[in-house]
Amino acid sequence: MLDARAKPLFEIQNVSQHYHTGSGEIGPPVLDKVSLTLSDGEIVGLLGRSGCGKSSLLRIIAGLTKAASGDVSYLGKPVTGPVDGVAMVFQSFALFPWLTVLANVELGLRARKVGKDEARRRALKAIDLIGLDGYESAFPKELSGGMRQRVGFARALVVNPNLLLMDEPFSALDVLTAETLRTDLLDLWVEGRMPIKTILLVTHNIEEAVLMCNRIIVLSSHPGRITAEITVTLKHPRNRLDPEFRQLVDKIYALMTRRPANEVPREGVFPGLGVAMALPRISTNTLAGMIEEIAAEPHHGKADLPTLAEDLQMEIDELFPVGETLQLMRFAEIEEGDIKLTAAGQRFADAETDERKKLFGDHLLAYVPLAAHIKVVLDERPTHHARAIRFLEELEDHMSEEYADRTLKAVITWGRYGEIFAYDETSETFSLENPE
Amino acid sequence: MSKLNTFPSFGRGALPNQYDLIALALIFGVFVAIGEGTRGINMPLGAVPSADLSLDYRNLPYYALRTTLRMFAAIGASLLFTFTYATLAAKSRRAELVLIPLLDILQSVPILGFLSFTVTFFLGLFPGSTLGAECAAIFAIFTSQAWNMAFSFYQSLRSVPRDLNEVTRGFGLSSWQKFWQLETPFALPSLIWNMMMSMSGGWFFVVASEAITVGDTSVKLPGVGSYLASAIEQRRIDAVIAAVVTMLVVIIAYDQFLFRPLVIFAGRFRVELSVSQTQTRSWVMDLFTRSPWLRAAMAQPAGLFRSIALWRFELPVRAAAEPMNRGTAKAIDMLWLSFIVAVALYALWTIFNYLSQTLTWGDVGQSALLTLFTMLRVILLMILASLIWVPIGVWIGLRPALAEKAQPLAQFLAAFPANVVFPIAVVLILRFKLNPDIWLSFLIVFGTQWYILFNVIAGAQAFPNDLREAVASLKIHGWDWWKSVMLPGIFPYYVTGALTASGGSWNAAIVAEYVKWGDDTVTAHGIGAYIAEATASGDFPKIVLGVAFMSVCVTLFNRLLWRPLFGLAERRLRLD
Repeated sequence: MLDARAKPLFEIQNVSQHYHTGSGEIGPPVLDKVSLTLSDGEIVGLLGRSGCGKSSLLRIIAGLTKAASGDVSYLGKPVTGPVDGVAMVFQSFALFPWLTVLANVELGLRARKVGKDEARRRALKAIDLIGLDGYESAFPKELSGGMRQRVGFARALVVNPNLLLMDEPFSALDVLTAETLRTDLLDLWVEGRMPIKTILLVTHNIEEAVLMCNRIIVLSSHPGRITAEITVTLKHPRNRLDPEFRQLVDKIYALMTRRPANEVPREGVFPGLGVAMALPRISTNTLAGMIEEIAAEPHHGKADLPTLAEDLQMEIDELFPVGETLQLMRFAEIEEGDIKLTAAGQRFADAETDERKKLFGDHLLAYVPLAAHIKVVLDERPTHHARAIRFLEELEDHMSEEYADRTLKAVITWGRYGEIFAYDETSETFSLENPE
Repeated sequence: MSKLNTFPSFGRGALPNQYDLIALALIFGVFVAIGEGTRGINMPLGAVPSADLSLDYRNLPYYALRTTLRMFAAIGASLLFTFTYATLAAKSRRAELVLIPLLDILQSVPILGFLSFTVTFFLGLFPGSTLGAECAAIFAIFTSQAWNMAFSFYQSLRSVPRDLNEVTRGFGLSSWQKFWQLETPFALPSLIWNMMMSMSGGWFFVVASEAITVGDTSVKLPGVGSYLASAIEQRRIDAVIAAVVTMLVVIIAYDQFLFRPLVIFAGRFRVELSVSQTQTRSWVMDLFTRSPWLRAAMAQPAGLFRSIALWRFELPVRAAAEPMNRGTAKAIDMLWLSFIVAVALYALWTIFNYLSQTLTWGDVGQSALLTLFTMLRVILLMILASLIWVPIGVWIGLRPALAEKAQPLAQFLAAFPANVVFPIAVVLILRFKLNPDIWLSFLIVFGTQWYILFNVIAGAQAFPNDLREAVASLKIHGWDWWKSVMLPGIFPYYVTGALTASGGSWNAAIVAEYVKWGDDTVTAHGIGAYIAEATASGDFPKIVLGVAFMSVCVTLFNRLLWRPLFGLAERRLRLD
């Protein structure tokens, strides 16, 4: 593999990308100096959670967006726009609802001035390959999710790309359908029946990455950095129950929950510091439910994350933010793939509703700076009222409008539950009216 | 059949901003320029060959055909306008800055006020030929159809799903290909819905624009509208009824042959990836899909269109490929903006000059007062119409079997040009010596109240069944039921209907406050009658003044009342 003729397919060097804050300034980085090489014959998994910039990275490789800095080259040539040798499969399928299956698959060819007959021949071949025979004249809305995604695959394969990009292609499908599609795709790949050289798969599903990839690249969140690279040497078809497989999954869980060595514990779980910390929108029911789950049988206050994920049927994208919110509020601690309740968390689990709310409110004020900040402003004002826009604008100085909105909504939900302030949706104002 | 046409929002405030003022100045500047420019060529206008209209019933099919053709020509022009204007606005930030406020104001300008200007202009363009008059009539219909179509298209272009966009870019589709493969199909359902609303409104203007008198110039084009005008002149009530019947037949045929197939066709382009439950049926569509002969006839043009849609049409050099540095871009923005402001100021100055030649402040005061009268009329009648039709609409909408029959009827009534029956009202007013200030008012909402009805029916139909059951089990009755259950439930639909109705009512005021029967004229006090009288006497400055007052009033109405209500409906009261 090391000989000189093996020119890498794609080379990504020191690529960085930024958010734009609500006030239009360049915000915190999404991707921070990411370097990556893609060679022939591998399935590479980009594993990370929402906000780690994996989708941004995918779009930069596809030439759909430009990186703020860094170089991307395809077969030694710099990428400046959409690349011919790359095709993409979308989480949402992205099919044209007004075109039949056949027309959807043909579109990419026809747009490139491939002759009508030639396009038809190649499209039928791709449809046949991907197992869509007989559905040629169906419209996407007549198909099930799995069938739709097959159309998405056929459409990508028909242009004979060297690199196939897949943006969480199975995450919109139910568990059984997703598994069938994965196996079918792997079979085609192993048998070498697909005209592609390399696959780059973006996912937040650890098992999926271990099942499919030769190489797994773990991205940290906020900013997206490569924290680990794992080579998977298990032979296809891989068995999920294989101890080696399980070990690998556990190892990645541990990697993804490991505290960065040089950072103060608990800060930096969410992007931004202090008041400007971007928070996930998690309902208090979910938080309480998670605490109860960890406190109960068989975990007794300490749970293994992969087990928890399987029991609760949660993907890491859902599971991690819940755990980290609990960690932020000092109800739990996460380390090396385990989540452990703190004394306060244990107390919360045992308490009744009113006591829980009180405890939650106290922790909210103590450990979520934005909540404390809102409370201080309300206390200081003689009217004890404050417009939401005031805090929203403050947040937008540090993060995108979307994140600012989400963060404020999260704090409103938690604040209402903890009864530290009231919020009126109609007038969009915070007040101290109900809680006293 | 129901869909919220939302307002575009420009920033957080709903108040008119500087761009509205600029747009207003530009539009009326153009009016003045046309009025001024065509003053010199008044002479050949008298020589317009006015077709001899006979009130013989046997001519009605031919007249109906001419009227329908005019309608088609106008919808064609509207589509062309939509594709160019809205695309430009959606693709160029600088163009958008001017085009969208302009469109917004144009929507509020009462179209019938336009008529006098456009007639003079087009007659001047083709002196001595009926072509000018045809163009003027088509243009009048066009102005009643184009704006909301362009708006819907613009909004669709701005909301093309990101992933579909990425697919087209990934496959390297050219702008032309993307327009026909992605953007137009995506915009189609909403465009067709707006086209239907436009056409419904269009009949009103066909009737109003076929026979028009501006000063000494009288134009009568062969058509149902002119037939009606002649019937009114000759006081032939039987001919009026014949015209009404003809309109009924034409609109039913239109619905069967054009709209039903179109709606089914548009259903294919909805992006939500599920099969919709309600199936519209159309025997015309069935005919097309079942008859191999018709299918073969359609295959050729369809194939041609498909290959045209796949042309690449690439511009040889994309100058904008290299991003400009921010300084240069800002400088060009400033230049562009100051240019627009300068043109607007010049337009304002021209308008002021033009009006001050003949008009005094007294005229301004009078117009303001008359606008107030008309506004009162519109508000009161909208309230009255709501009080009547909301309960009825809810009652119908909650009975599915009844709603199925009533809904097409209400939509049909909304499309029916109410001005056709105005003379009958005049006959009654004259017969019973009624006060026109009160009784003519009803004509204002005569044609537009149906929008409230059919939207409320749709709202009540869409009211979730589980909510109804919950309400029933909680035993909520009487006023509580209306206040906390039904009214909030139908509110978004009601606002849509009331908005359309109120816009239409302002327009209707121009024909409803000034109605003729033979030599008898019945007028009410209001800005509509003021404009209509000024049109009849060819007094352009007064028309400009009257139309300007009305436009400002409608714009304020939209911004201060309807847009906030829409916002409320969107935010709080959506049930889906």
